[in-house]
Amino acid sequence: MTEPLLSVRDLRVTFPTRQGEFQAVRGIDFDLGRERLGVVGESGSGKSMTGRAILGLVRPPGRVEAARMELEGQSILNLPDRQMRAIRGGRISMVMQDPKFSLNPVMTVGQQIIEAYRLHARAPRAAARDKALQMLEAVQIRDPERVMDSYPHQVSGGMGQRIMIAMMLAPDPQILIADEPTSALDVSVRTEVLHIMDRLVRDRGMGLIFISHDLNLVAQFCDRVLIMYAGRVVETLPARDLHRAQHPYTRGLLNSLPRLDAPVARLPVLERQDSWKEN
Amino acid sequence: MLSVADLTVWFGQEPDRVTAVHGATFDLAQGESFGLVGESGSGKSTILRAIAGLIPGWSGRITVDGRDQRADRRDRAFFRTVQMVFQDPYASLHPRHSVDAVLAETLRLQGMDRIDQRIVKLLDDVGLGRGFRFRYPHQLSGGQRQRVAIARALAAEPRLLLLDEPTSALDVSVQAEILNLLADLRDEHGLTYLMVSHDLSVIAHMCDRLAVMQRGRIVEILPAANLRAGQGAQPYTTHLIEASAGYRPEARP
Amino acid sequence: MSAVSRPPESRRDWLLSDAPQTRRQARLGAIYQGWLTFRANKLAMVGLIVLVLLIGMAILAPWISPQSPYAQNLADRLQPPSAAHWLGTDALGRDILSRLIHGSRITLFIVGTVALIAPIIGLLIGTVAGFAGGWVDQVLMRVTDIFLAFPKLILALAFVAALGPSIGNAVLALALTAWPPYARLARAETLTIRNADFIAAARLQGAGRFRLLIRHIWPLCLSSLIVRVALDMAGIILSAAGLGFLGLGAQPPLPEWGAMISDGRGYILDFWWVAAMPGIAIFLVSMAFNLLGDGLRDVLDPKGDKS
Repeated sequence: MTEPLLSVRDLRVTFPTRQGEFQAVRGIDFDLGRERLGVVGESGSGKSMTGRAILGLVRPPGRVEAARMELEGQSILNLPDRQMRAIRGGRISMVMQDPKFSLNPVMTVGQQIIEAYRLHARAPRAAARDKALQMLEAVQIRDPERVMDSYPHQVSGGMGQRIMIAMMLAPDPQILIADEPTSALDVSVRTEVLHIMDRLVRDRGMGLIFISHDLNLVAQFCDRVLIMYAGRVVETLPARDLHRAQHPYTRGLLNSLPRLDAPVARLPVLERQDSWKEN
Repeated sequence: MLSVADLTVWFGQEPDRVTAVHGATFDLAQGESFGLVGESGSGKSTILRAIAGLIPGWSGRITVDGRDQRADRRDRAFFRTVQMVFQDPYASLHPRHSVDAVLAETLRLQGMDRIDQRIVKLLDDVGLGRGFRFRYPHQLSGGQRQRVAIARALAAEPRLLLLDEPTSALDVSVQAEILNLLADLRDEHGLTYLMVSHDLSVIAHMCDRLAVMQRGRIVEILPAANLRAGQGAQPYTTHLIEASAGYRPEARP
Repeated sequence: MSAVSRPPESRRDWLLSDAPQTRRQARLGAIYQGWLTFRANKLAMVGLIVLVLLIGMAILAPWISPQSPYAQNLADRLQPPSAAHWLGTDALGRDILSRLIHGSRITLFIVGTVALIAPIIGLLIGTVAGFAGGWVDQVLMRVTDIFLAFPKLILALAFVAALGPSIGNAVLALALTAWPPYARLARAETLTIRNADFIAAARLQGAGRFRLLIRHIWPLCLSSLIVRVALDMAGIILSAAGLGFLGLGAQPPLPEWGAMISDGRGYILDFWWVAAMPGIAIFLVSMAFNLLGDGLRDVLDPKGDKS
């Protein structure tokens, strides 16, 4: 890894509350190269907030601070809205959990992809249409012409998520942030969507941040994994070594999953320790 | 304990009637734990709701504890025998009722006496303790809410619990706690479970036998041991087991 | 419960405790939380203070008003604001300040009664329609639509014209024309609530329809209704004043604010204060209710809850 695509140091996200300040993310460091980086943690661990902070999507009164947050050497920390919009979608894209809520219900799929593309590429309409068709083919939609003219409620969940991916990848971003992209999907559809994402990311040499609560999935899909707990990274390790993780939190999470191949009478329960919140 | 024969469930009225379950048949012995697995839209939750009497449109036969159930209503005896735990603990507790109010109302409706003692006992049973008695749902975590929901279901001292994805909205570590709690309660109270889940490993962990469902039909019924061994008689079962084993990178040229 | 048995803690900690020990503590804690949220909204506090002053004024009217609201003194008619008459006098030489102070009783009576009757009718009709569904829903909602089809003030005028002009009839007319929006709102809320899992759970405990409606659905509809009522209050005051202005509400010599404006309209160019003073009073109170409603929305709106 020569120069990282994205470099983050001491990232903090703070929200004021009635009881004082609440830090959702408490000083995390990582570099993202052209790789698939998994971010794992339970709800409230700050994993989604990390993704939102990178995209500048933390709304006031929430505050984002960092010693460094650079996209290919250029700082993207607290940029003005206009510049951030150009980066968001153009150079960094995000796929959300549920396509039902991320697609506009009153626009056809085609219009939405074309619009998203033209916002960043300034291409003529016809070229944008070609690009949209090409993207839909790239996410293995068999009949792209028909899908272009359909509305979001007419497509299935798996298809919707593929359309989202097509839309997000149309402007050729360098980084894709996927926040639980397959949690709303059935297992059989999940594999297909992951295959497509994998292929696109590999072929285009993109960096992928894959946010998920599913340890096994991340272990199988990603190259490297950050494990987050209470706003901090407790452990970073190569994905294939996840099952040899050292940190008691990671071990506890792994153990508490019921497994088809190793039946147990009682599931080990994770005993949380306050010391994990420190480093 | 529970016998379901040729159960067909539909939504809506005739011309646009949608049939969600086609002719499902299965039996649960007393003390057994039976699972229903399938992907979304396979009709597994619909079966639970039809048994609970929450869906009026069904045909076939539902027999609980030797008594046939009518389509439109359930009687008091039914509610004392069968209770249900819902999927989303954020939606299954009334946002303005405290834990105390929820349990007290339930106990009163079920015609119980010594309500104060029973509330404390129920909270102890589900591992919450009396410190939680006067909290409101927004003061509870997801796992704690699900424990309250379980306490509510247990208030009637039922013998059959319908579990509708009781852990799918929870984190994995909390899921382990709730699954352990459900296993303990089953041992202590001699409960019979009918559990719905999309997660094969959860069903394999909790159940003795299971039915695999696809598009409203039961594809096959098999012992959990066969599921663990990856032995399904039907191709769909094998496919489901493979898919839930996790992600395998595709072979690249 | 003695002070010894409890560990030393401030009253605030006791109220904000996440683990209340008694039913009373839990309830008081919930109220205190709401109060804190409300207090954070400065404008809402202004509204609340204005309304508290108004209520105080209404209660103490006989003691704080400098003169009788009915005492005429034709020698002093149409006096501008001065030390003797802070807000001036009207065409019959009555002290406007005293009339305003006594008029606050009438305003509060109108507002209070309408705010009690209209939402209750609306809640009943709306929740029953939403919960029962089928033909009951159809019939109730069509009736609601018929009421909604007429402009509110016109309908109220028709009612008053039929019943005869008086303050009581004005209130009745306003209440009878104000409920349809509440019914709509309550029905919409009921439709989303009735399929919730907690309703299904209560049903599985054998809860009957009445219990579900009263114990489970009403408390959830009520909060949005209260907010809506507070926000509508300004409109109700204005409608009441409008009826008074048209001579169909309070009858002379009652010091109703709308009627007072009506009295003053003949002299509005030369003796502006006669109409302006009650106008300002109506404006202040309407605005106070609007601000209060905004604050209540922060507190009561279930969508704002952190869950």
